[in-house]
Amino acid sequence: MRAQRAGRQLHGGRLTYAVLTVFTAGSLFPLIWTAVAASRTNTRLAQTPPPLWFGGNLFRNLKIAWTDANMGTALLNTTIVAGCVAAGTVFFSTLAGFAFAKLRFRFKNLLLTLVISTMMVPPQLSVVPLYMMVAKLSWTDQLQAVILPTLVSAFGVFFMRQYLVGALPTELIEAARVDGASSWRVVWHIVFPVARPAMAVLGMLTFVMAWNDFFWPVIALTQNGSPTVQVALTGLGRGYIPDQSVIMAGALLGTLPLLIAFVVFGRQIVGGIMQGAVKG
Amino acid sequence: MASDTTAAVPSPTPGQESTAPGRADADERRSRRYRRDTRWSPYAFIAPFFVFFAVFGLFPLLYTGWASLHQVELTAPNDMTWVGLRNFSRLLSDDFFWNALRNTFTIGLLSTVPQLLIALGVAHLLNYKLRGSMFFRVAVLTPYATSVAAATLVFVLLFGRDYGMINWALGLVGFGHVDWQNGTWTSQLAVSTIVVWRWTGYNALIYLAAMQAVPADLYESAALDGASRWQQFRHVTIPSLRPTILFTAVVSTIGATQLFGEPLLFNGAAGATGGSDHQFQTLGLYLYEQGWVNLHLGRASAIAWAMFLILLLIGAVNWLVSRKLRKGMTS
Repeated sequence: MRAQRAGRQLHGGRLTYAVLTVFTAGSLFPLIWTAVAASRTNTRLAQTPPPLWFGGNLFRNLKIAWTDANMGTALLNTTIVAGCVAAGTVFFSTLAGFAFAKLRFRFKNLLLTLVISTMMVPPQLSVVPLYMMVAKLSWTDQLQAVILPTLVSAFGVFFMRQYLVGALPTELIEAARVDGASSWRVVWHIVFPVARPAMAVLGMLTFVMAWNDFFWPVIALTQNGSPTVQVALTGLGRGYIPDQSVIMAGALLGTLPLLIAFVVFGRQIVGGIMQGAVKG
Repeated sequence: MASDTTAAVPSPTPGQESTAPGRADADERRSRRYRRDTRWSPYAFIAPFFVFFAVFGLFPLLYTGWASLHQVELTAPNDMTWVGLRNFSRLLSDDFFWNALRNTFTIGLLSTVPQLLIALGVAHLLNYKLRGSMFFRVAVLTPYATSVAAATLVFVLLFGRDYGMINWALGLVGFGHVDWQNGTWTSQLAVSTIVVWRWTGYNALIYLAAMQAVPADLYESAALDGASRWQQFRHVTIPSLRPTILFTAVVSTIGATQLFGEPLLFNGAAGATGGSDHQFQTLGLYLYEQGWVNLHLGRASAIAWAMFLILLLIGAVNWLVSRKLRKGMTS
């Protein structure tokens, strides 16, 4: 009885389910309706009442979006960008996180504070010189222009540090040291295996973030060069193709890969966000 | 560093075969290498972060300040003419700057406050024992997987004046057609809705994590004292969540000051002006318009620094408020 009244043990009542269902429906509806609109024609979308169920035009619209709006290239480019950014962030963050969690060196706390404080700097503050740099190197419209500036992340360093402080036993490192292992060997044979769960979570979070990155790619890349999905969608929204059902097909194509990832890895992504929240 | 690894391992074996002074020599060499390794490898491990940050973060940050004191055009970025503080003084008398600042503030308020309040409520519900709790958590988070561009394009259709579903639904309950794109308040409300939709579930999960870290005996003793569920929420949950609430408030405020994609795409035809009458142009969008539409990079840099100063101001106010709150709790 007492345990039951203790707040969090309580089972949700009917009202709880009802409110959560309404909220969930609100969260999912715009996504489902994207698919509905993508399966209709432009004419049907310009009629009242708006369509509430799927029509038969999905494949035609997907095909137009794929070829005319460059979505095929854009999807490939985004996969490359998000993959590189996620891999780089995970690798560098694990190295730095390990150093901050378990190694002794001078100015450690000062440097860690510095890493965290870089999170406060808004991206707008560096976008003008970044653009000049990229223009000078003739990197406009090339993927490294959007990969390199986001290859490290302060959040990632902090996330890995917090994980390794608790998960990596110091005795394990000391034992390897006694056996004469170099620091690099310790990283390869002890740190990476121990950190694997956190690396997977950080990799997924970074991939989602890089996939959806908007501000800098829109400035550095163009629709006709090598766009990411977000840049291609921006072109669609600006009336590059004035057919609303094709625009929705493009939006669907750009979102679908992440939605599939959410269905497969949803539990881990949710766990990662909640874990980062408690420790951060 | 890889060669270090391979060299360090086989060295004991030949060392044992050699004479005593030779072994001491090898030991000496090995311990010197070991000392060098433990001394410098921490720096090697953190170096990539600092190198990348210096090149792509710190240098541009400072250079933006330098560029803001010049007249620079996008067409010839290397031609810089010193103009001192003129870019800044110009901002102060620029109606569009104040308009963008005001819009950023109202849209920020319209999106951040409902977002965090709803998230708190949803987190409280998710904290009950639920059938299919993982389904609810993942479903609530899916908008977070949607990009700004995709989300905005869908909402543009939903908010359409003539055929949009929202106006259709409003018509069913007897409201007239709202012109979501052209009204000042209505367009700002619509832009805020996109932000609220994308981030509420994310914040709810952060609150849920914090709620689950609240010790159960706090609730037990409150229940023993006869506190109702609402009282438990107000007097146990909210105070325990105060640091988390502050954290999410700071993060969403920073996000709100940088709002860019939603207003850019909410009226695709208008582009960077933020509506036919600049009615939902934010600071981020105004920066983009000055730099990449009007080609004035110097002025864009000045706007960037103005945004930074505003963020610092918000940070200072936040710090003062949180200090007051903490004092209020202890006294």
